[in-house]
Amino acid sequence: MAGLPPDIWQPVRLTVELAAMTTLILLIVGTPIAWWLARSKAWWKEGVAAVVALPLVLPPTVLGFYLLVLLGPDGPGGALAGLWGGRTLAFTFEGLVIGSVVYSMPFVVQPIRNAFDAIGDRPLEVAATLRASPLKAFWTVAVPLARPGFLSGAVLGFAHTVGEFGIVLMIGGNIPGTTKVLSVAIYDYVETSQWREANILAAGMAAFAFVVILTMMMLEKRTARIKG
Amino acid sequence: MRDLANSINAQFRGQLGRFRLDAAFTVPATGITGLFGPSGCGKSTVLRCIAGLQQLPGSRFSIAGDTWQDESLFRKAHQRPIGYVFQEASLFQHLSVKGNLLYGAPRQPAGQSASQSIGFDEVLELLGLVPLLDRSPRHLSGGERQRVAIGRALLSQPKLLLMDEPLSALDRLTKDDILPFLERLHERLSLPVIYVSHDITEIERLADHLVLMRAGAVIASGPLTKLQSDPTLPLAASRDAAVNFDAIVQRYDSDYGLVTLQLEGAELLVPAPPVAAGERRRVRIAAGDVSLARQQPQQSTILNALPTRIVSATPLNASEMVVVLALGSGGDGARLLARVTRRSWDQLQLATGQQVIAQVKGVALAPGRGQTVRSVSRLPPA
Amino acid sequence: MKFIMPLKLALLGAAVACITSSQALADSANIAVAANFTEPAKEIAAAFKAKTGHEAVLSFGSSGQFFTQISQDAPFQVFLSADSARPKKLVEDGLAVKDSRFTYAVGKLVLWSKEPGLVKGEQTLKDGKFAKLSICNPVAAPYGAAAVEAMQTLRVYDELKPKFVEGANISQAFQFVQTGNAEIGFVALSQVINDKDGSRWMVPQNLYSPITQDAVLLKKGENDEAAKAFFEFLKGPESRAIIEKFGYEVPPAKAS
Repeated sequence: MAGLPPDIWQPVRLTVELAAMTTLILLIVGTPIAWWLARSKAWWKEGVAAVVALPLVLPPTVLGFYLLVLLGPDGPGGALAGLWGGRTLAFTFEGLVIGSVVYSMPFVVQPIRNAFDAIGDRPLEVAATLRASPLKAFWTVAVPLARPGFLSGAVLGFAHTVGEFGIVLMIGGNIPGTTKVLSVAIYDYVETSQWREANILAAGMAAFAFVVILTMMMLEKRTARIKG
Repeated sequence: MRDLANSINAQFRGQLGRFRLDAAFTVPATGITGLFGPSGCGKSTVLRCIAGLQQLPGSRFSIAGDTWQDESLFRKAHQRPIGYVFQEASLFQHLSVKGNLLYGAPRQPAGQSASQSIGFDEVLELLGLVPLLDRSPRHLSGGERQRVAIGRALLSQPKLLLMDEPLSALDRLTKDDILPFLERLHERLSLPVIYVSHDITEIERLADHLVLMRAGAVIASGPLTKLQSDPTLPLAASRDAAVNFDAIVQRYDSDYGLVTLQLEGAELLVPAPPVAAGERRRVRIAAGDVSLARQQPQQSTILNALPTRIVSATPLNASEMVVVLALGSGGDGARLLARVTRRSWDQLQLATGQQVIAQVKGVALAPGRGQTVRSVSRLPPA
Repeated sequence: MKFIMPLKLALLGAAVACITSSQALADSANIAVAANFTEPAKEIAAAFKAKTGHEAVLSFGSSGQFFTQISQDAPFQVFLSADSARPKKLVEDGLAVKDSRFTYAVGKLVLWSKEPGLVKGEQTLKDGKFAKLSICNPVAAPYGAAAVEAMQTLRVYDELKPKFVEGANISQAFQFVQTGNAEIGFVALSQVINDKDGSRWMVPQNLYSPITQDAVLLKKGENDEAAKAFFEFLKGPESRAIIEKFGYEVPPAKAS
């Protein structure tokens, strides 16, 4: 790859780090939410579900705008950053992780919730009659049975974070190695007429998206076979 | 009230949507108690309440002196020593048969002597599960699945086994395959069982005690035969009314292939494959297979003509009536049902208290517990 | 939250910039406008409509972005760039009408903070007592290049580089400062011309090359009445007054 700027792979590495971190956090944070949404009988739970699903519909500019304000010195993000001497979470990797978690939340929560929904009450009742505490039933029955949902959620969450652009553009500040992720780097290359670099990264993204979608379709096929 | 230490005391009251449940019963904490009633009468709900899967305020449950719930206490499902067999086997799809069987099994049956606990090998043998162990639940037949589910429930070392229509999702043949397994369980394990069914034939084969339910309420409870022969209850009035006895094999006549069975107040001759004396067998005599005669018939193909006393007679409809008989010349043995026409009743001038001869045209003998005989023997009509 | 309104407008500008305008109507022209020129362009378009009845449909974005789009056949008829190099290149490439290029405004770079008293002059840059300095992409946007040049002249570029946050265009660079996420930033004077609360330092012209903002009539507008009318209107006295009002210099009109 002679003639390429040496830092062309930096956005790739950063993007993978961001997506991996976001996916991990979403699995940890999203699973209890998905569980609650699937199991709760509260009348207002669909309201919560709608809030979680908002990023599906909202343009990234809306989220980016609110995040810019909330992460800033006058918002909670600034207060949080103050704990370690910062004044804003914008332009930081942590800020991007927060933004990505919000933005990719529905893509992780929804498949897991669907998987939990599909399990139904029965296996958990069976587990209870076999002396399994709710926690044991969750880990030994619900989670293994919802495995396809976790896989879908993880793949979608990861992919969606990789593909995120609008929010990163609005709260990232395009700092190489910190917030200059792949999609922004491509934008940047196009903006500055570095089409060759843009091409390499964009083609890579297209290939990645293809693999993700193929994986999802195969996962779904497998799930259908298991259930059928 | 019965001795609390040896009984199951249940009282479940509450509103479930538009359905009102008000069911209370006391049954012995031994043997199989059938919970019988039409679909939608609330029997499954009662079972779920016993399991702690459903909570109704103001309910109580205790078994052998151990209270599981009352006004101030509610043990959650996983805190109750129960085994629960659902209508659908509901095996864990992500575990093998072995994984399913061991899911609820205590790591070490601590605090329990080996004789008290239900052993893994014993359950495998009892339910014929050995060849299935490494299979996935996905590759089992309906009957195999249900056997695994029963084994899984047993291996959780329950103090009470709850079975919610465990056979109703199975076809007739599979049902007949599994019933002998249940009969063997009954014989080999001292575990009390509450068995919900809307199919009287299952109840007749398995239950020792019966709780009859209708529209959310218990209408009667007691020993099976007693409730079967109570003319005020719907069982005796039904088209396929029958009584069941647990009879002892006296001897076997291999020349004619006939077994002699001893029951309270009478002996019965029944055609059957060879069987050892002393064995206990459940027999069923349908009301429609019993006719009445004032005198011992002189020449007849009927094998069993038993002296009885008429206890009661209740009209069923314009043409028929159901007669409760007590076996034995003294008229103090087991109860039998006969369905006769009102015309015959009047022509023979029958009345309660009279001694009559009950002619039994057919006796159904449940297959031996160790056998897998599918058919029940039955005499050809006289 | 007094910053919400201008921020909203800026956001709107950024959002609109992403959209290539739809097919021009008979009496409307599609104008690509460098983001720094957003506010004056709106006023000019309003005055233009009042005078001629023609509609100037404005798209805002970075000059680099528009350059790429125009070279990919975007349906713009007039391009108001933030620099002179790109319009020149468009003429050379045959995408703009020959000899149409002229300087409509000379931009003024400002170091700005919304905190009163924070920006005191070049010393503020030398002291570097801030966490983040907002600029716009120096490769894609002339104001970014000017900011870099000014800092290099002051020999503070290397020290300050780690504190840079980059907006994709000048609107975003302004946004970062406006929301307080960056304490200070290099913005266009036109963006803060009406700001009374913050602090600012007009970067002296000797620190950076003049930001000559050139306009060209694109090939797609060559035979379009509305586009040509707007292009001429931009040179006229009403436009000059508006442009100057926003803090730009306007070079003396050349006899055309």
